[in-house]
Amino acid sequence: MKTDTRETLMRLVFLITACVSILSVALICIFIFGGGLPAIAEIGPIKFLLGTTWKPSNGQYGIFPMIVGSIYVTAGALLIGVPVGLLCAIFLARFCPAPAYRLIKPAVDLLAGIPSIVYGFFGLVVIVPLMQKLTGTGGKGVLTASILLGIMILPTIISVSESALRAVPESYYEGALGLGATHERAVFCACLPAAKSGILAGVILGVGRAIGETMAVQMVAGNQPVVPASPLSGVRTLTANIVMEMGYATDLHREALIATAVVLFVFILLINLCFSALKRKE
Amino acid sequence: MEALHTLPRAAAGQEAINRTDWRQKLRHYRQHPGSFLLLILTVLSALATIGVLFALIAYILIRGIPCLTPDLFAWEYTTSNVSMMPALINTVLVVVLTLAIALPIGLGAAIYLTEYAKRGNRLVRIIRITAETLSGIPSIVYGLFGFLFFNIALKWGYTILGGALTLAIMVLPLIMRTAEEALLAVPDSYREGSFGLGAGRLRTVFRIVLPAAVPGILSGVILAIGRIVGETAALLYPAGTAPVVPESLLNSGRTLAVHMYALLNEGLYMEQAYATAVVLLVLVVGINALSGLLARKLSAKEK
Repeated sequence: MKTDTRETLMRLVFLITACVSILSVALICIFIFGGGLPAIAEIGPIKFLLGTTWKPSNGQYGIFPMIVGSIYVTAGALLIGVPVGLLCAIFLARFCPAPAYRLIKPAVDLLAGIPSIVYGFFGLVVIVPLMQKLTGTGGKGVLTASILLGIMILPTIISVSESALRAVPESYYEGALGLGATHERAVFCACLPAAKSGILAGVILGVGRAIGETMAVQMVAGNQPVVPASPLSGVRTLTANIVMEMGYATDLHREALIATAVVLFVFILLINLCFSALKRKE
Repeated sequence: MEALHTLPRAAAGQEAINRTDWRQKLRHYRQHPGSFLLLILTVLSALATIGVLFALIAYILIRGIPCLTPDLFAWEYTTSNVSMMPALINTVLVVVLTLAIALPIGLGAAIYLTEYAKRGNRLVRIIRITAETLSGIPSIVYGLFGFLFFNIALKWGYTILGGALTLAIMVLPLIMRTAEEALLAVPDSYREGSFGLGAGRLRTVFRIVLPAAVPGILSGVILAIGRIVGETAALLYPAGTAPVVPESLLNSGRTLAVHMYALLNEGLYMEQAYATAVVLLVLVVGINALSGLLARKLSAKEK
């Protein structure tokens, strides 16, 4: 009898701990949406989402430049990170001799473990001065942020793509070789297409990481709240907007920042949706 | 780790069937310039990837190590010594606090999902979806939530406890997933044997299944520690930036990553920022090495 009650009690405890994640998501949604949606309603959804002036001191809250900024920087990061990451994954899965693999694989893992603030610092003291010298501008901007983010999403893309490539049956490769393809041709024309949905999942994860990155981007992007005119001009992302002004914002300004997080959150939810749809298809 | 097993097979196959020397390879590539180009591109990408890593580490170590002065490790922070010691202590404190909260919850959830729940249960599906959602949320959104919930709604103000709770939610999906995988990897025969000897479910879980899953769970914990140590955005607002060891859990305190952010934000302490970056890097490399070691042990045991 005594063990029976203990069994049911512990079962209940485990059930409760399992429900913590549900509770957390609910709380986060309540606080973010509850804090942000009233502000969007007050400012006006169109004025908020499509307004191009962000001047909290004037009561102007248009986050269009930040939305565009986030998209630009993420797209730039993908342009840099996806080709390099994918080729590196192909190298690891199909070209790499075993001793080199033992060196490169932990290096990729380490790349994933380096804190974003250290990346940001590296960008600030190395990439920004380099861009200054190369372009003659201030050095902070879309391009710099894209390069840094491209580096930061590399490990995500590499590890997901690598496991997708390894999951392709060996017979695909052997079949291609048997038909007279070179090693490279077999890998790129037979294995790569077969792994494409897994690779796409890696890219989507990379998008999620790039769009949500805060500290590193904020340090190298310049942070002007205007729609960037060229790849070299400064840009502010949604995340940077929140982290820079939350410290001193009050009233509607603070709510507008929470509303910025709502927009970011919706982006992330959409990305998650894409990701799980892709996974279900597999 | 799976990856490693497939490597020797491919290598052995190549040796046995088509051993070619470099001259043959060269001729072969001359006939197929496209293939050669692709080969060059893949090798270059791999070199670029590790090149960036080594450049980053080398640059920070070379510039940073000379900046490491004994002053930086003084017990008290003042504006003249800019000591990182309080931040270092706070980092340990936050790691311990966060794990103390997240580990029991994550472990309990994993136990429920693997040992108790029926497959295809609706609740299980919802738990999985929410855990996946949690792992996708950017850290700044966590930080904002922590700020709104702990600091404003609960009126705590900047507290290290609020920061740890925020981080606990953040690493929860990671711990849940790794613990679940570790529990699933325990063979069912263990459980059947335990049940057959008359043990109850609870006893089976704690005496048989959990001990067998410890290494896997530990690797998840190490990953979580890595994330906690490096986190800035999620801690900045809930925990604040006070450069002291807090007197109680309801006071503000900054971890090392936040300390570095604060230094860079003030813009006056570049050298100290370099030094902090070195310490952060060393911590992260150490944590990574530990998890690598553990993973190797794990796979050795499986063999």
